[in-house]
This record gives sequence, structure tokens and C-alpha cells, in this order.
Amino acid sequence: MPDYNAMELMICIAARLLEDGSTLGVGTGAPCAAAMLAQKTHAPSLFVAFEAGGLAPLLPSMPISVGDSRTFYKGLMATSMCDIMEACQRGMVDYTFLGGAQIDMYGNLNSTVIGPHGKPAVRFPGSGGANDFASLCWRTMVLTQHDKRRFVAKLDFLTSPGFLTGPGAREAAGLPKDTGPYKVITDLAVMGFHAESKRMQVESLHPGVTFEQVQANTGFELLKAARVTDSEPPRPNELRILRDEVDPYRYVIGR
Amino acid sequence: MPELTSGLGPLFTDPDPDAARAFFREKPRALINKVMSVKDAVAKLIHDGDYLASGGFGVNRISTAVLHEILRQRRRNLGFAGHTTTHDFEIMCAGNLDGEKLLARVDASYIVGLEARGLSPHARRVMQSGEVDVCEWSNYALACRFRAAVTGVPFVPIRSMLGTDTLKRSAGKEIVCPFTGKKLVAIPALYPDVSFIHVHECDAYGNCRIKGITVADVDLARCSKRLIITTERIVSNEEIRNTPYWTTIPSFCVDAVCEVPYGSYPGNMPGEYFSDEAHLREWLEVEKDLDAFRAFLKKYIYDVPDFDSYLRLCGGVEKMKQLRAKELLLPSA
Repeated sequence: MPDYNAMELMICIAARLLEDGSTLGVGTGAPCAAAMLAQKTHAPSLFVAFEAGGLAPLLPSMPISVGDSRTFYKGLMATSMCDIMEACQRGMVDYTFLGGAQIDMYGNLNSTVIGPHGKPAVRFPGSGGANDFASLCWRTMVLTQHDKRRFVAKLDFLTSPGFLTGPGAREAAGLPKDTGPYKVITDLAVMGFHAESKRMQVESLHPGVTFEQVQANTGFELLKAARVTDSEPPRPNELRILRDEVDPYRYVIGR
Repeated sequence: MPELTSGLGPLFTDPDPDAARAFFREKPRALINKVMSVKDAVAKLIHDGDYLASGGFGVNRISTAVLHEILRQRRRNLGFAGHTTTHDFEIMCAGNLDGEKLLARVDASYIVGLEARGLSPHARRVMQSGEVDVCEWSNYALACRFRAAVTGVPFVPIRSMLGTDTLKRSAGKEIVCPFTGKKLVAIPALYPDVSFIHVHECDAYGNCRIKGITVADVDLARCSKRLIITTERIVSNEEIRNTPYWTTIPSFCVDAVCEVPYGSYPGNMPGEYFSDEAHLREWLEVEKDLDAFRAFLKKYIYDVPDFDSYLRLCGGVEKMKQLRAKELLLPSA
């Protein structure tokens, strides 16, 4: 048995994708843990922005809310939502991490309703800042559990844009050029998007997981990258920092 | 000419800048003492049918005392800007119980959830019943509705929401930029009838200081027709005048000043006290069972005369000291 769990693996993979000196629009939970881990390993000057106005904090602990006081603890600035979102809109924010109740093959996300909008079977929070981040940041990453309930052929509601209906659709809709989904990191695999078709493709498989297993947990046909690699397990120093410094109460990484 | 989408969502308020100018022309500007109780402020300024907006960020720097008082005074048929609302939305939804309808219309960018704490069972019940009209927005779009209103123009253009169902269920409209030919979304101005914002300090006239992120409150304060300020403490006008660069809301926007120490409880107040996670968890838990929820609301809101009594029920000064230690990252926390 490995000495780490699926969430720890996902957070470590996500953290490694964040370059030092880049900017990241982030929420609470696993994405925030990935940002903190990156800061404490290879990316000390990762510039974290929270949608409520916290800019570049030195996070003392995991925030509970994207607007709580930890999100600007020893930050460079405590500003406004418009200031953060307009930094995204003018092209200053490189990455964002999002989640959702449903995701489709083009990386579109639903976090609004299951069932009809007027009288839904399930009401979720809605966009929050997710649509803005997905529209305006350069690269969108998604961290989520991998199952058929989430990875669906058709969303009940398209809250936040991935590649919409495929090649050229974002540009046709008027979204900023060269933006869109970049990686989807789950408990089974890491997926990217095919350069031409913009469809989701498996790029690396987590230890012990087969492509067939990933496909069986996905409600649409997955593509395979030209070279599918093995996901690198958490390194000892990553696990130590994640457990001792980032999430000592194991809110996100679980027990 | 590209095909342009218009959102099908309802527009609950009038974006006309001249109607707003006519209102603001009559709004008093004088430096007068506006200090009053929360009970009086709500009785005087919030009426059935009004459209309301809550400052802060859901459970951070919120005006809990005003929200409770709206429940106690049993206001009905309200509109609400669900801009990053969490515990504030949860309190409003408590007014939709047993056939009563406090909440009738919502501009929703973030509702129903309490972020990492989970979803509110009762807010979901209310929003899944179909009894509340909903218009969808993103957080930035809804913040820009305040921004347009502040600017005194009918809309501002933005580049998010394009291509999504969020746009289709909003009241935004796609337009073509006259300079670049690019598609944009026109976001209509929103002038709330009444807003309530909790601040760290203000003087008796309502000149306010906020320490920390301002979220959308710099704009919200300016675009609201009527504004209730709750404040941790009242300071002298002389102190405000000595450091005018710290003023974030000027008094001519403000209609009532209510001194409410710990007024964001059980939410977080930057530099003052952290959120009471146990109390917030209890609130989410009791909502699962309607009888338990009714008893909870009776105990904490309907059977107490004011916010001070609520604080005492929740542990009083001892509890506030613990939350302050937690906020300040003191070793005792």
C-alpha cells in the first residue's frame, strides 16, 4: 500500500504545475493547499489572488472562506473583488483552479443546478467567481474526484466555460484569445486537452490505474495522449510539508 | 455582425441613471448625527418589497444584527443581491418558513453554500421550491452591476459569462464594441433600495473605515439608495478628519449609524475576531430538521430583543475573547 492517499497525490501534482513567479486565482480547499505547498517548495514567489480581494498573502493556515482574514494575512494588498477580477480581465493572472458538480469533454463546468433551472432537483451555489476565472485567467485547472456522476456527456447547466462546443468556440463567443482549460487532475489520472479537437485526453495515469479504469468512470469518450506517462507519486519532502505545515489538521487531505 | 445573446433572466430593479439621479438629488447631505438602534434603523429604512444588499463576504464582515432584525420585524417579499452570500443568505432564507415569504427575488452569483463548510439544507429547500425568482450572475458581473450604478451609467461592459448558461439565465445582454468589434456583455446598473455594511470604525455622521479587503463595499455603499452602517465602534469626527485617507465610505451615502460591537459574529471581522465555526456548524446541522430549526430560531432570534442578547446566548465576552485570540493567532487560541 502506498503511504499517501489520493487527495495528497492530487495536491502534489497540482502544486508542481505552478511555476515560481506566476499568478494564481484560487479558492479554498484542495487548490489552496496546492498553492501553499508550491510556495513552500519550488515556488516561494507564487502570487496568490483571492476573489474577495486578498492579494499575495503569506498564508498562516488554510482559509475557511475566500474572504476570511487569512486570505490577506501578511499580504501585499487587501483590495476589492473588481480589482482582482480586472487583473484577470487584462491578462495578469496565469492560472486558476476550479471544481464543480459536473464537467464535460470540453472542460465546461456546472456548479449551478441539477434539473430545470426554475425548480431544480438540486441547487448548488452558482458561479461565484468561477465563471470569471474560467473566462479571464490564461489557464484553467480543475481538481475533482473522478466518477461518472461528475464526468458527464451533457451538463445540466453550463456555469463556467471550458472550450464550450469545441475548436474556435471560445473565440466565437467573445472570450479572450488563447485562454481555456489546461489540466484536469483527479484521483485516477491527469488529463489535458487535445490541441485540435479541444477534447479531454488522458496524459498520465496514477500508480496502479489503467486507462480502461479511467474510461469506465467517465461518461464520455476520453482521448489518449500520444504518450501516456505514469503520474509521479508524492515525494517525501512534499508529503512532510503538506502534512506538517500546509494542512496539519488534515481538513483537506483527510485522515 | 455576430449573433448576439440576451439573457432571459428577470431584471428586478430599474437601471435608469436619471431615475437614480432624481433619487440622489433628494438624498440628505448634511453632517447630522445618524446614530440609532438597529431596531429603529430597520423599522425606519427597510420596508416590505424592498431590494436589499448585504456587505462583506458571506460570513466575513457582515452586518448580522441587521439581518436578525429583518427576521424579527418579519419583513416580506424582499429582493436580495446574492453577491458572495453565505451565512447572510442563510439568515434571509430562515424567513421563508411555514408559508411565510421573506425572500421573493434573488440576483444569484453565490447562494446556498457556506464555502468549505458545505451547503445550507434550508437555503436549498427554499431555492429548490421554485418560490423565489432567480437571475444568475458571476461574482464579477454582480460587482459590476454596483460599479455601473456608482458610475452613473446604465451598464458596464465585461468579458466574462460569454458562451454560458450563466449568461442565458442572467439579465445581461451581448453587445458589439464600437471600437474593436469584439463581443462584450452589457451588465445593467443595480441600485439597491437598502444596503447594510459592517465596518470597523465610523463617526456619528457615518464616515467609515474598513480595515482589510473591501470586497464590493466601496461601490455598494455609493450605489445604494439607503445605507445602514453597523460599526464595531464609533470614533470622533476629529479622528476621521485627521486621517481622511482612511475613509472608505463618506457620510453622505449613509442613513443610519448603529454601534454593534462584535457585529459580524458568528462571522469573521479582520483584525478583531475570527468566525465561530462551532456555531455556524450547529446552524447548518439544525436546518436538517424543521422542528429543530424552528426551536433554534426561536431561541436565538425571535425570543431575544436584540443582538447583544444573542451574543450573550452564544457565550458572551468569554467567547469573544477566544475568537479574538484565534483571529490574532495568539498561542492561547
